[in-house]
Amino acid sequence: MIVPEPAKSDHFTATRNACKMCTPLGACLAFSGVEGCVPFLHGSQGCATYIRRYLISHFREPMDIASSNFGEHAAIFGGQTNLEQGLANVIRSYEPAVIGIATTCLSETIGDDMPMFLHQFTSKYADPTPLPHLVHASTPSYSGSHFDGYMEAVFALAKTLAEKGQTQATLVNMIPGVVSPADIRHLKDILSDFELDYVMLPDYSERMDGVSWDDYQRIPEGGTTVDELKSMGSAAGSIEFATTHHKSQTAGEYLASACDVENHRMDMPIGIAATDRFFDALEKLSGKATPRRHQMDRGRLVDSYVDGHKYCFGKRAILYGEEDFVIALASFLCEIGIVTVLIASGGKSGKLLENIERVMPDPSVATVMDGVDFEEITDAAMDMHADLIIGNSKGFKLSQKLDVPLVRVGLPIHDRMGASRIVHLGYQGTQYLYDLIVNTLLDVKQRTSEVGYTYI
Amino acid sequence: MAPDSPEQAVELTPDGTLTSEGLREELLKAYPKKSRRKREKQFVINEKTVNEDGTVTLPQIGANTRTIPGILTQRGCTYAGCKGVILGPTRDIVNITHGPIGCGYYSWLTRRNQTSAPNDSDANYMTYCFSTDMQDENIIFGGEKKLAAAIQEAYDIFQPKAIAVFSTCPVGLIGDDVHQVAKDMKEKLGINIFGFSCEGYKGVSQSAGHHIANNQVFKHVVGTDNTPRSKFSINLLGEYNIGGDAFVLEDLLERCGIELVSTFSGNSTYDQFANAHMANLNAVMCHRSINYVADMIEKKYGTPWIKVNFIGAKSTAKSLRKIGEYFADEKLMEQIEKVISEEYPAVFEAQKKYKPSLEGKRVMLFVGGSRAHHYQDLFGELGMKTVAAGYEFAHRDDYEGRAVIPDIKIDADSRNIEELHVDADPDMYDSDKVRDKWAKEEKGYTFAEYDGMMTQMAEKALVIDDINHYESEELIKRVKPDLFCAGIKEKYVVQKMGVPCKQLHSYDYGGPYAGFRGAIEFYKDIDRLVNAKVWKMIKAPWDE
Ligand code: SF4
Ligand code: SF4
Repeated sequence: MIVPEPAKSDHFTATRNACKMCTPLGACLAFSGVEGCVPFLHGSQGCATYIRRYLISHFREPMDIASSNFGEHAAIFGGQTNLEQGLANVIRSYEPAVIGIATTCLSETIGDDMPMFLHQFTSKYADPTPLPHLVHASTPSYSGSHFDGYMEAVFALAKTLAEKGQTQATLVNMIPGVVSPADIRHLKDILSDFELDYVMLPDYSERMDGVSWDDYQRIPEGGTTVDELKSMGSAAGSIEFATTHHKSQTAGEYLASACDVENHRMDMPIGIAATDRFFDALEKLSGKATPRRHQMDRGRLVDSYVDGHKYCFGKRAILYGEEDFVIALASFLCEIGIVTVLIASGGKSGKLLENIERVMPDPSVATVMDGVDFEEITDAAMDMHADLIIGNSKGFKLSQKLDVPLVRVGLPIHDRMGASRIVHLGYQGTQYLYDLIVNTLLDVKQRTSEVGYTYI
Repeated sequence: MAPDSPEQAVELTPDGTLTSEGLREELLKAYPKKSRRKREKQFVINEKTVNEDGTVTLPQIGANTRTIPGILTQRGCTYAGCKGVILGPTRDIVNITHGPIGCGYYSWLTRRNQTSAPNDSDANYMTYCFSTDMQDENIIFGGEKKLAAAIQEAYDIFQPKAIAVFSTCPVGLIGDDVHQVAKDMKEKLGINIFGFSCEGYKGVSQSAGHHIANNQVFKHVVGTDNTPRSKFSINLLGEYNIGGDAFVLEDLLERCGIELVSTFSGNSTYDQFANAHMANLNAVMCHRSINYVADMIEKKYGTPWIKVNFIGAKSTAKSLRKIGEYFADEKLMEQIEKVISEEYPAVFEAQKKYKPSLEGKRVMLFVGGSRAHHYQDLFGELGMKTVAAGYEFAHRDDYEGRAVIPDIKIDADSRNIEELHVDADPDMYDSDKVRDKWAKEEKGYTFAEYDGMMTQMAEKALVIDDINHYESEELIKRVKPDLFCAGIKEKYVVQKMGVPCKQLHSYDYGGPYAGFRGAIEFYKDIDRLVNAKVWKMIKAPWDE
């Protein structure tokens, strides 16, 4: 008789309605931001199919992920043959510049020796035609979430491809973390406005939010090029939005330690304070003052904070999503007078609480939960009298249950259009979020008012 | 051409310059030798030979073989077929995914299968996604204890009638015995608990998962409730209530006076499965995913099965009549005719309205294990021509008909999946039904018959099994079909190339498409999609 494991205090043993996705999904997303890169899952085909489908339903764009397609034999004896065959086929049919290989729970459990496999593959096939770059991220889902997988892949890309070189004074590495294609486009604009050369890693701003094709594209256009990746080692500095990542080094830390590229690691720039820090770093790196249009953006944002203060002050919000994302949002909500009563994440870096304490002047108002699922969030949220929920599509049920509106941001959003076009970052992104939040609150007020004001 | 006139060869493009042979060769040319040899078998031209005795011989197709690593397939995994497809639509069995988080998360209400409990207080766990969310220590030390705890918790929260446990890839590898845990917890809690060894790598596609699901549901649930059912009672097998199809069919059958005991598994409940063996006939929609249950019920209880198809108005009428004919009751048959004649005027009306803007358009369908066949009926009703079709996870019999089953080679992957040995039930086996079946067969009524997709398709149409990315792109580029039917993974790439893509797994946003009402809905949706203005806006003025 197998005796159940005792339930861990108030935490459930099972995960019910998870608030995180799996590690390789994050890795595949990051890999899709490299030009000519085919994401490749080493494991059975189901994971690739599921992850493709999930990313596709968020971005509404094609998303190819190859797989080494394990059968029973590979599952027992290891997947080297499958890997080699799979890579060979991907190389033949895509002619990729890079293959981004993430290992699924299956191959991780088997313990496939990836560095050795890849080494052997390379020595076997590199002649006569050079092979694409093979980048491996170790992504077992039983330790971590999609966020960790994303960070791991970005790290692996930098580690595998960046080359130490003569420092280029105007070159900056921009490493933004899990953000939307529109965020990436916005960051590029900002960097250009500072007249900086930059390497954006990853850059799926076109591939995951593209246009119709005149000609068929085997691998959709856009992304960080291999040359750019190589040049990361000679940048004058890196700006990296990464708060809680702890598994391995971050890409920025790696570049600092291996290539002496100064790393400016900071929170995601949502809200004025966090964005100010970002612009401060840009001023330092570029030696230029913040261009007028961004000064104006900031000014308008402050102006709107003032104008809208009466609508949001004292309102109560529930936040969930990746740890880095909720930390940034919590800091922003404080600025606009919204009380964040619950901050939750499926991630489990162990660093959520300390960071919330850092960014919130009065963290005692908030319940902070990491490693939780939506049932735990729902239980905690029941008598919090929230006015607003902010997070991805998966909070819909919670929103229905509490009868509180859900402001959809982040990933995944598969029940609304335009997830790729949400700008979350910078003064502009904050402005968008701010208007969205205030208008959502106004909508409730108007709909629940007996008078039915059209003038608020 | 239209399925009704198969002797005419299909025209791939309006100008007729492209031949099926030429196109096939062009596409296969790109493969290295070994892959080519494999793909050749799965990529056939529908050339039918009429034999002297009037029977038709179809070309042989390769199907249900493993996808080559590194080739982008549409297929999912065994777990997806088992948990997502078969058990997913049942609302009152708590499903627990034993494994790391992703597998459960991605199968969390992603198929648009609907359910409707009669009362608010009735159990519906479909919106729940339980997972043991295995962590490092479970992989190292085993996850059985955690699974047992998860079952206990699910029980504590819901006290459900049944709990089902689904194994994902790592589980098989670390050697967790889900069946033992299920058995122990069943004894402890006194409710039905059963496990599925549906690790993703087990089979070549979802199909293996269907089989595993069929086996376990048959073994653990079917036959546990002997409440008698009425004379005209049936089970509807292989209907998953995507977009509300089952609701339409439930209503249709009821109006005809046919009692629906269970549906496998659209809008279904545990109790329906338990009582399914008491129905007098099994009607099979999706042959691929569910024929095992039909066969096993027949072996154990003597209940025969027939193939039906409720996709397309004509097929719906035909299927209803076939059920009526089986029961051979005047009044029932009259009632069926009455319902058909009530429904048909609106169907004609809609056909008249939508056909002119759709007639002659060329369609490709690459989906599922039955839909790529069934939906050809609907397109036929609109005068649209299926120029190429294929399944994602079907077997040879779904292409060439059940007559080929004895010739199908069993490979290592298929051997992996248990074939349940089923004997006649000493108490419940109904010999009268069997004798009745024989008598009917003598009069020409056909049971357990499915002729497959290819018989119905036009001469020289392309039939492609497990189509991959490369092939579908080339087909689109060269043939420029007016409509491509597939799933969400293909949708956006197809549409980037300026060709509309209808999702036939989840129906996009639409449905129901089954029955008469569904047919009308489908005509409308196809017209809206194919003739949408946006297809003409893709080129900017400066590109002209
Ligand atoms: S791990 Fe296995 S069961 Fe899970 S999605 Fe991947 S292939 Fe399917
Ligand atoms: S096995 Fe791991 S990688 Fe595959 S879907 Fe499940 S959680 Fe994700």
